[in-house]
Amino acid sequence: MIDFTSIQQMLEDTKTGGLPLWQNIMVSDCARQGIDRTLSWGQMERLLDAMEQADRDYRDTDRSVSGLVGGDGGRMARYGGGDDTLCGPFLSEVMAGALRMGECNACMKRIVAAPTAGSCGVLPAVLLPCGRRFGLPREQMIRALYVSAGFGMVIANRASISGAEGGCQAEVGSAAAMAAAALVFLMGGTDEMMANACAMGVKNLLGLVCDPVGGLVEVPCVKRNVIGAMDALSAAQMALAGITSRVPPDQVLDAMREVGDALPHSLKETGKGGLAATPFGKQYAPEL
Amino acid sequence: MNLFDILGPVMVGPSSSHTAGAVRIGQLARALLGQQPAKAEILLHGSFASTGKGHGTPQALVAGLLGLFPDDPRVPDSFALAAERGLEYTFGTCVLREVHPNSALLRLTAGDGGKIEVGASSLGGGRVKVFRLDGLDTSFSGELPTLVVHNTDQPGCVSQVTGVLARRGVNVATLQLTRGGRGGSAVMVIECDQPAGQEAEAEIRALPGILKVNSCVPEQEGLI
Repeated sequence: MIDFTSIQQMLEDTKTGGLPLWQNIMVSDCARQGIDRTLSWGQMERLLDAMEQADRDYRDTDRSVSGLVGGDGGRMARYGGGDDTLCGPFLSEVMAGALRMGECNACMKRIVAAPTAGSCGVLPAVLLPCGRRFGLPREQMIRALYVSAGFGMVIANRASISGAEGGCQAEVGSAAAMAAAALVFLMGGTDEMMANACAMGVKNLLGLVCDPVGGLVEVPCVKRNVIGAMDALSAAQMALAGITSRVPPDQVLDAMREVGDALPHSLKETGKGGLAATPFGKQYAPEL
Repeated sequence: MNLFDILGPVMVGPSSSHTAGAVRIGQLARALLGQQPAKAEILLHGSFASTGKGHGTPQALVAGLLGLFPDDPRVPDSFALAAERGLEYTFGTCVLREVHPNSALLRLTAGDGGKIEVGASSLGGGRVKVFRLDGLDTSFSGELPTLVVHNTDQPGCVSQVTGVLARRGVNVATLQLTRGGRGGSAVMVIECDQPAGQEAEAEIRALPGILKVNSCVPEQEGLI
């Protein structure tokens, strides 16, 4: 049984148990919650449905309450991702997807927190295009969500998934790490590769601060979903190439916690430091 | 914590604490009143007061009072819906002592004159906690079926109430007792593994010394 406090324990338990990692994650969680496996699977499927629906609900005319956010998903799509552009079709599709979902959230539309509302764009931005590109069956996508949630739960237990507690590394960084592991799964990588992708996803956004302008989930949150998605893709690609994280995954998460604890209050979702404290950002500071 | 605390909830953005949690607070307050309020005086504290507007916190609280869920696409338009359904509301700010920064105080009045005052906090991830009920300190989340019994502070009330639950096979998970002062009014907050049901509530209401019985049952949603 996975106890979700250590990536190493999760991998070792899976090795001895005989079930694939995604299934061991599901079974262990069902046992802990005392719920039926079909109920769990049905819930995960509804989350996938809700992610796809949220992506379809995007309108590039929507604007956030402050007016700071909206329309960039459409801008990105119109620019397009021809082979003559820097990032090409696949990466452009991913970037547009991350912007769309981040903007949907800022504009009070229905999204799936993954792991948080502010970082809701990362997972769907990479998983949905990956599924389309490789024609992956629906069950495989749902299994990938189990993989991402399993790694996410270890991150939450060992470090944090809250910006107020650990900075943006805990939100977009965690989302990227979860997505990286899920991508490795979808591409047929090993459990060790998933763990390494998770570790590299975290490492490469370690220290990212949470400094939202006006304390709102808008600037820079929407665009940080794009960097989270890019981080996930690059970490997964490296892991699939056999590149490993030199620092063991659990130690990376411990470092994430330590860095989160060391971040000053002003850079943990208070809207008082970083971009929020720039002359531009101060114009949006809440009136008290 | 479980996998669906990591993925999910499905919610209307932009913030699980300031939006989804605020809907939950409204829902919980409505359930504790036992019906849709006709009037609501809503006071925002801390971060709810300072950044609530940009997060749609006021709309979210009203949406909850109307019985909407955090993933209902009508959450942003709840003010118009409130006008249709006859809910009058006012907003203000307050400074509460020693509570979570994301907190609100809701003073609700029902069409039949029933009143309740609920103080609640949004703890993150859409989870909430009621910390005050009609001026008395308490602590419950509404994640379990919860019975709130107001009684006069006299001997025997607790055993009579738990006796009713025991006879009906309702298992008590937690029990909290608070009182304003000796012999004054007191509140029992009873979290149960099963809903007590209307008959049990009626039986409790008829017991000597019982002033008011409210309950809330976690409503079924599409998702955990």
